[in-house]
Amino acid sequence: MKSNKRALLFITILAVCMLALSPFAYAKPPVLRMATTTSTDNTGLLDYMAPILLKDTGIEIQWVSVGTGKALEYGRNGDVDIVLTHDPAAEDKFMADGAGVNRRKVMYNDFVLIGPANDPAGIKGKPIGQAMATIAAKGQPLVSRADKSGTHAAELKLLKEAGVKDFDKASWYVQTGQGMLNTINIADERKGYALADRGTFIKYDANLKGKPGLVIVVEGDQQLLNMYTVMAVNPIKHPHAKYDLAIKYIDWITSSKVQKDIANFKLEGKQLFFPNAEIRAGH
Amino acid sequence: MDFIVQGFFQSIRLIASMDEETLNIVLTTLRLTGLSMLFILGIGLPLGFALGYFDFPGKHFFRTVADTLLALPTVVVGLLVYAFISRRGPLGDFELLFTIRGMAIGQVILGLPIVISYTATAIEGLDNRLRLTLQTLGASGAKLAVTSLWEGRFQILVAALTSYGRIIGEVGSAMMLGGNIKWHTRTITTAITLETGKGDFALGIALGIVLLAISFALNISLSFIRRRVGSS
Repeated sequence: MKSNKRALLFITILAVCMLALSPFAYAKPPVLRMATTTSTDNTGLLDYMAPILLKDTGIEIQWVSVGTGKALEYGRNGDVDIVLTHDPAAEDKFMADGAGVNRRKVMYNDFVLIGPANDPAGIKGKPIGQAMATIAAKGQPLVSRADKSGTHAAELKLLKEAGVKDFDKASWYVQTGQGMLNTINIADERKGYALADRGTFIKYDANLKGKPGLVIVVEGDQQLLNMYTVMAVNPIKHPHAKYDLAIKYIDWITSSKVQKDIANFKLEGKQLFFPNAEIRAGH
Repeated sequence: MDFIVQGFFQSIRLIASMDEETLNIVLTTLRLTGLSMLFILGIGLPLGFALGYFDFPGKHFFRTVADTLLALPTVVVGLLVYAFISRRGPLGDFELLFTIRGMAIGQVILGLPIVISYTATAIEGLDNRLRLTLQTLGASGAKLAVTSLWEGRFQILVAALTSYGRIIGEVGSAMMLGGNIKWHTRTITTAITLETGKGDFALGIALGIVLLAISFALNISLSFIRRRVGSS
């Protein structure tokens, strides 16, 4: 029976340890919760901004980075206090539905069309609309995130403007349902084209470490601009939402000082995001 | 192919240097799985005992249900629990989403059927004379249950380890309920998903090896206990 008692003691100690390690009694400091997109997070911008935010305002921010569709869904459900996204049409609807308030422009970067270095579709340097139409006409693979992300929405818009129809089931349209980097890797594998945000492309390019991969084939068009806006979750719909912190954040990120910080953020030595908040007097 | 070898060496560097982020990821994983196992065993052992010991109408049906739940996809569990703990859901006010406690709910649902099913089997497998012997010795109720569970301890240990293996390796539920928030709800599996999604396959492998090392350490220490406690 002695070993029974020892075992029981051990099990009790184990249980106490598991309990001690588990976060039961926890005083939580107020924290701002943000839903944002994988392209903002994966570039490292948010990691760069978080300590600046803490220093300037004392606000601790936690964020989940998912596709824009999911981020806005979290905003509608009140699971977060603020959203930072880049899909103007979905954001318009978000605001129109009363899910968000105090929408402000923050920054932009741009999309680039990438493809194999030998450019089988022959579209290098062409305007984006013509390039998309040519890819479809020639049946070259176009690899899409197809995940309701801001990038996906931009891609669908470009395809529509290029007059490309009925591509959902087309054999050349590859829908990965995944994040930007995964999608680029798949495009690389398939020797196909993809619409990517410049930031993720820079990261992909840096990861190649000199090995051959996809290159930019079309860039700079007006339609390729990618606008990021921030919206606070409507406190009337979600009274528990940390609206005051959200407003402080919005004021902070649109202030001229922080807008300069955004411009100073470099990836592989290149500026990624271009601040474009409308500066209000006195900020 | 070289990322596997790179990953192996990176895992050694990660463990040796114990950089802050890796340490946090490991601790978060241990806290989450510790909390989950507490409830999985606390709820699963009594229920498993009851399912194995008692005869009641519908016993076979419950048994089948428990066995079927072993095949629950982790992301489906994540979705279902999200529906409950999201702000819009009935338990929204408890602020469980994107916390370790919320993640534990999903893991308990994933691990519970394993412990219930295996424990029931262990109890059913006990010699029937044991029940009679215990009863003639005056044992009843909780004491009977504890002694019976003790007799089936090796199978129950296997059940606990299998359950632990499932929850420490799952990602669908942890991602959905935790949100993979850096420093707060990033576990080894959600970190692996993030890093491989970013293209850093070597780091993914490295973290995977760290996870296996934890599992290995746990199994070794428990087999130690088994041998010491085994003969009684």
